[in-house]
Amino acid sequence: MAKIGVFICHCGENIAGKVDTSRLAAALGDHPGVSVSVEYKYFCSDPGQESVKKAIRENHLTGVVVAACSPRMHEATFRKACAEAGLNPYLCEIANIREHCSWVHSDGDMATDKAIDITRSMVEKVKRNNMLQPIEVPVTRRAMVIGGGIAGIQAALDIASAGQEVVLVEREPSLGGHMAQLSETFPTLDCSQCIMTPRMVEAAQHPNIRLLTYAEVEHVDGYIGNFKVRVRMKSRFVHMDKCTGCGDCYLKCPVKKIPSEFDCGLGKRTAIYTPFAQSVPNNPVIDKTNCIYFKNGKCKLCQKACAADAIDFEMQDEFLELEVGAIVVATGFQVQNTAMYGEYGYGKYADVITGLQFERLASASGPTAGKILRPSDQKEPEHIVFIQCAGSRDPSKGVRYCSKICCMYTAKHAMLYAHKVQGGKTSIFYMDIRAGGKGYDEFTRRAIEEDEASYLRGRVSKVWEENGKLMVRGVDTLLGRPVEIAADMVVLATAMVAQPGAKEFAKTIGIGYDEYGFYNEAHLKLRPVESSTAGIFLAGTCQSPKDIPDSVAQASASASKVLALFSKDRLEREPVIASCNEATCAGCWGCVLACPYNAIEKKDILDRSGRVIKQVASVNPGLCQGCGTCVTFCRSNSIDLAGFTEKQIFAEVMGL
Amino acid sequence: MSEQFEPKIVAFVCTYCTYAGADLAGTSRLKYAPNVRLVRLPCTGRISPMFILKALQKGADGVLISGCHPGDCHFTHGNYHARRRWTVFRALLDFTGIPTDRVKYSWISAAEGVKFAELINTITEDIRALGPFTQYHGLIEETQSQASL
Repeated sequence: MAKIGVFICHCGENIAGKVDTSRLAAALGDHPGVSVSVEYKYFCSDPGQESVKKAIRENHLTGVVVAACSPRMHEATFRKACAEAGLNPYLCEIANIREHCSWVHSDGDMATDKAIDITRSMVEKVKRNNMLQPIEVPVTRRAMVIGGGIAGIQAALDIASAGQEVVLVEREPSLGGHMAQLSETFPTLDCSQCIMTPRMVEAAQHPNIRLLTYAEVEHVDGYIGNFKVRVRMKSRFVHMDKCTGCGDCYLKCPVKKIPSEFDCGLGKRTAIYTPFAQSVPNNPVIDKTNCIYFKNGKCKLCQKACAADAIDFEMQDEFLELEVGAIVVATGFQVQNTAMYGEYGYGKYADVITGLQFERLASASGPTAGKILRPSDQKEPEHIVFIQCAGSRDPSKGVRYCSKICCMYTAKHAMLYAHKVQGGKTSIFYMDIRAGGKGYDEFTRRAIEEDEASYLRGRVSKVWEENGKLMVRGVDTLLGRPVEIAADMVVLATAMVAQPGAKEFAKTIGIGYDEYGFYNEAHLKLRPVESSTAGIFLAGTCQSPKDIPDSVAQASASASKVLALFSKDRLEREPVIASCNEATCAGCWGCVLACPYNAIEKKDILDRSGRVIKQVASVNPGLCQGCGTCVTFCRSNSIDLAGFTEKQIFAEVMGL
Repeated sequence: MSEQFEPKIVAFVCTYCTYAGADLAGTSRLKYAPNVRLVRLPCTGRISPMFILKALQKGADGVLISGCHPGDCHFTHGNYHARRRWTVFRALLDFTGIPTDRVKYSWISAAEGVKFAELINTITEDIRALGPFTQYHGLIEETQSQASL
């Protein structure tokens, strides 16, 4: 026989001011199965909680309903109190008669009627509550960071410096990401490489970091604390343990005119190459598609040049199976393909370039050693036109969002150009100048006031070539007239978009993404670095466009989440998970289709001789997040969700 | 003047969006009609058509299902399952002769306290206009005796 205790809180005047609590207490006191029905001014206070505990002990209660504020407020408080009184905490439920009743209704009588219904319904539910135990899962104290740009490096360093093991996986031959490509960084104009390369070296040399470059994550299995990751080590055709990084191989390589990815096509590289001079690790890779040996079966000049005997043309891809407890995804962004702006002539005119290409031109380590020269004739441009929002905030091109960094880097480009080319003229077409951030607005003002960048508010309609000049036709909306500028170079502030294959990768690792392919955080404001999958965290531009300070901040935040996870040997989770009745399960696998977390596995049922007699669904308690979608899907009512069982919900409805 | 009919409406809501939206309506002290009773579930994906039928059978004059907006589901896509299920179930309701306008479906996020209050007022008025739902009343006694089992 149920012995339910009902505790009605006045919440000062908040509830009692509207709801007739004595009538509520009396109505519940008469309800079958209720042995205690009392009211008090503040049950959440210490004496209030003590009185609940006392009532549990004295009356040997089998369930507790606290009619008070929202369960989102004090469910944890009262469940803890119940546990302290020896009652299983999951036998306690909250009837929300404040947020959902006394605060929102004017008529006291009707509010009281509603409060009675709400409380009675919870009493009916709690009668059918089961004793549950928190789920404990072990934690593998090793993190994987996917992506070796600034966000990934920062996250890896933070976790490693706290004494935990990290596996840092980078798909390219070197760490560095986009930040290594940049010339100088806003708003301080410090050289990007000068602040980035020491970080790369630190990550590579850290005793707690295992660095896997030229490697890709192929498959992720498991759940928070217990992920199993398969990593493909792409064959470099160079043995890392033998290679000294002397560079003799790429000096000898006869294929010298491959457009360098790192220089955005403005520079050239060889077939055996390191992406850039400061690569970490500094071991080259052979680009199989361009190597003469792989094409014709002859050459091997690099192998002959290698004194360390490190080059091996027979090398195959290798696979590593790694166990990790947490994953930080820091896979970054790409620059939008500007070819879709045919009217700007990108790809047609050599001197129409993207912002990232301008970074390479302005970089001391770039193809022009930091001189601003036109790609077409290597002459110094006298007038550069910058076009902001070339891609961003343009629904017709599929990018409705603001890429956030373009206003700042365009101002930076204008300044770098002014500093490098005496008397150079700059015109910037913009929609709005968005310069929110520490020192940011001051920075754009400096570009205008000290470095004489001319800002024109309006869009560009067309770029074409005429007498060796790039003619830019646009509009100055502030003056209300069309503008035509004869420029020597046009720089497009292209949008930041998700990595190619970002959506497929999200499916591989089991996290959510938005319509653009950026990864979804669990809560935009309150859980910005957690993905929707427990144990997988986000850092940097894979989540949304952001600048370096924001990426670093998010990376450190992810690292702190990982470290919090690793602070215990075992994880405790709410036991609100599904479970399957193997006796009735027919193995239709509807639940498998419904489950967003791949938490349902097929389990063999064997007879005594070990033969499989049937297969049933089996819920992995580590993966299950407790949404209950499978329960509703189940045709044979075999799956149920602890805490929200069919019985409980039906009872709740019947109690209303 | 005859007394106004006060419908009883049962709402099945997810805890992450609509329940939180209703909490927000409360903390914002918005006023709305006292005719709705909320049943909190982890996700709209957990809502079985049987719950809706049970509520109607028990004497509810209307039912509301509300969860996170498409794309915002805490459980990534439970609300899409709910939506698909609802589309199919509505046809079945229609077939059985239960007026589909007694069952409403909506999206309310945790930030939409005002929308929640407005929705409850609108639905209460709509159901009030439809009058009491009597088709199942004969079965109430029977189901109540079952419930006490």
